[in-house]
Amino acid sequence: MLNARLFLLQRLSALVMAPLVLGHLALMIYAIQGGLSVGEILGRTQGSWFWGLYYGLFVLAVSVHAGIGLRVIAHEWLGLRRGLDAVTWGVAVGLGLLGLSAVLAVT
Amino acid sequence: MGTLIVNVARGDATERRSERFEVPAYESQTVLDVVSWIQQNADPTLSYRFACRVGMCGSCAMMVNGVPRWTCRTHVQKVAKGGALQIAPLRNLPVIKDLVVDMDPFFDKWVAAKAVHHPSRGRAEPMAEIAPDEPGRVTASAGIECINCAICYAACDTVSGSPDYLGPAALQRAWTLVNDAKDGARDAILDAVSGQGGCHNCHSMGSCTTHCPNDLDPLSAIAGLKRETMRKALRRA
Repeated sequence: MLNARLFLLQRLSALVMAPLVLGHLALMIYAIQGGLSVGEILGRTQGSWFWGLYYGLFVLAVSVHAGIGLRVIAHEWLGLRRGLDAVTWGVAVGLGLLGLSAVLAVT
Repeated sequence: MGTLIVNVARGDATERRSERFEVPAYESQTVLDVVSWIQQNADPTLSYRFACRVGMCGSCAMMVNGVPRWTCRTHVQKVAKGGALQIAPLRNLPVIKDLVVDMDPFFDKWVAAKAVHHPSRGRAEPMAEIAPDEPGRVTASAGIECINCAICYAACDTVSGSPDYLGPAALQRAWTLVNDAKDGARDAILDAVSGQGGCHNCHSMGSCTTHCPNDLDPLSAIAGLKRETMRKALRRA
């Protein structure tokens, strides 16, 4: 159900996510200190390659991590024995498309 | 002497029921003594397994008040709740009858994990000399006293949720062989524990190590397999 390759991908995606999550939280706490409007946020993110790459990488890591994690939950808790690859790919591609479209919209 | 109220899980795989027995309580009585008393004095049709009665053969494991235990070395006084015992067959294995489970899936997985010795020298060659304090030998020695009782297998929630998972005992034996300089198939073992039901499915919950009656540590053995298989995968990449 979880072979060495999927295990490695899940650990590597977690490794990528850990600093990005901390950076994201720090950024949110910093950015809202003085009250920040949507317009001001978009003014900082639009046209920024850095934030595009930052959140683009974040979305890819989340898609991989959640796809594999939900595969395990579907198997062990919901008793799904077939179609696990479809669940993994469906979740990963779905989250990837949603996330990347959001990143594109704000950068 | 008091009386114990003992509820025993009966029946075969298709029809399960619980039967209540009243068993005289004795000093230093084991759970296996209780089961044997029922079979000898109350109901001779009760099926259960035991052999050595001293914690060596690994055949008398059962669920006692919901916990997997070796019944021959489990004192009633330490596990009875309010003078009552619930005795059931081991979890995670198909029931044959009453307290007897089919151990085939358990041992099939030892073979699937390639947890068998692979000779590296012929009969005519001299024996390999291995110092007892070599790091690999120390790691292997930590896991070789397994008596195949399947208590860790019954305790494992990952086995419950994922029936293909090889389980703690088979993986621990595979780990001892990976560390055994005399074993000639280290890479084949690492490949065998890297598949769909392999060591990477372990959630490190540690029930195996908590319940092992011989105080072995399959959890750390599986962690060792995860490390070594990852090293091997990264070397290939």
